[in-house]
Amino acid sequence: MHELDCPRCGRRPLDEFTFGGERRPAPDWLIDPDDRDFDEVWVFENPAGITNERWFHSAGCRRWLTVRRDTNADRVVEIA
Amino acid sequence: MVSEHIASLQPIAWHEPRDSYDVVIIGGGGHGLSTAYYLATRHGITNVAVVEVDYIASGNTGRNTTIIRSNYAIPEAIRFYDHSRQLYAGLEAETGAAIFHRVKGHVWIAHTEMGMRTERGRVLMNQAMGVDTELLGPADVKRLVPQVDLTGAGRYAVLGASHHVPAATARHDRVAWAFASGASSRGVHLIQHRPVTGLLRDGDRVVGVETAAGPIRAGVVLSAVGGWVSQVAAMARIRLPVRTHPLHAFVTNDFEQGLDKIVASTELACYVSQTERGQMLIGAEFDSQPSFSRLSSFDALRSYAYKISALLPFLRSMRILRTWAGLCDISADFSPIMGETGVDGFLITTGWGTWGFKAIPAGGEAMAELIATGRTPGLIAPFGLDRFRHDLAMADQASAGTR
Repeated sequence: MHELDCPRCGRRPLDEFTFGGERRPAPDWLIDPDDRDFDEVWVFENPAGITNERWFHSAGCRRWLTVRRDTNADRVVEIA
Repeated sequence: MVSEHIASLQPIAWHEPRDSYDVVIIGGGGHGLSTAYYLATRHGITNVAVVEVDYIASGNTGRNTTIIRSNYAIPEAIRFYDHSRQLYAGLEAETGAAIFHRVKGHVWIAHTEMGMRTERGRVLMNQAMGVDTELLGPADVKRLVPQVDLTGAGRYAVLGASHHVPAATARHDRVAWAFASGASSRGVHLIQHRPVTGLLRDGDRVVGVETAAGPIRAGVVLSAVGGWVSQVAAMARIRLPVRTHPLHAFVTNDFEQGLDKIVASTELACYVSQTERGQMLIGAEFDSQPSFSRLSSFDALRSYAYKISALLPFLRSMRILRTWAGLCDISADFSPIMGETGVDGFLITTGWGTWGFKAIPAGGEAMAELIATGRTPGLIAPFGLDRFRHDLAMADQASAGTR
């Protein structure tokens, strides 16, 4: 992946963006509030497949984007 | 010369797989193979199988940049990696295998005052731990690495460096082969092309692995997987503080003048050494976003070539012969994760990020001791998975060599 389609700025080189990490809630089967906090702070889902994540257009419009990406092919599926 | 090297290869013994072992190790890379080797040689445990999805050392063990060093920044890591460095230094004598181990010295260059502060801290911490690392000024850097441009192409001036004297390189597939040969000749089974698809459980305990060609029962299962470790851990319902990022590397054509040292720069996020074949081996930072794609892009290569040639201008006339990528399991604190998982019968060695090759002997030796005795050796006790729960993260990103 070398470029991202920013909804405001158009297609821009990946260097302009800062990776903001996966965006997900703790899984439902974690009930204990401390376990849920721990999961959200330390754990990564790290899926081999589709993931939802945040990117910051740091050298562009300086807005946060929500990106759906396939980590197997490193390809964007959807961007908003 | 070449035939001499081929003649020095030790054979691997192949066995017909059984359906039950005392120990099953998932992952036939360096850490899995060295764990099997030390189980057999140090503890006499040979009823062991190493189950590999592809061929042995086909993953990150055959894809790294082969640097062995212990110039870390926190005492726990320095102690661990320096022990590993010493095991490497004795590995040819111990196994009889030629791994092309060469002591070269590692020159870690700083281009900013902030970078110099990091290197000064590294030198002080290394010396306090008895590790031979010294601080260099620009003139010393030029003396050790005559090819370096001290102005950094006018953009990345060299302010100084730390010089880790005992740093070395070794041929990575030879290392894997030495452990595989040593383990298999003592009765360890190496099972290639056998994907693990699940774990066998008896209540809360893991009692084996499910594979594409049927189940294998085990007293203990160790995951020594690189790359897809989050997926394997999930089979045991374990969630890891690990993200998997590709890191790209390449080699150039032969540089006849020779570069004796391993040269690295944190601010430029790249490092270079010369292989036994004379090629310049260049690695850089891992991709910012996690992925499992091992395709190298022209953009990435151009950016690494631009940065490293600012420091070593002779590289501008070299050609890139070959590129590849490995998958780095980057833990949340940039330190490895070794030991018990909280699930009975299931151990893990992971989080090897960009620092796994140098740790192959010490990591395997410690995991073998844990499996044999049931007690976590002091050397790896600080690197347990539960450290994140107890707010005892081993933060050492500045020693990873990449950002």
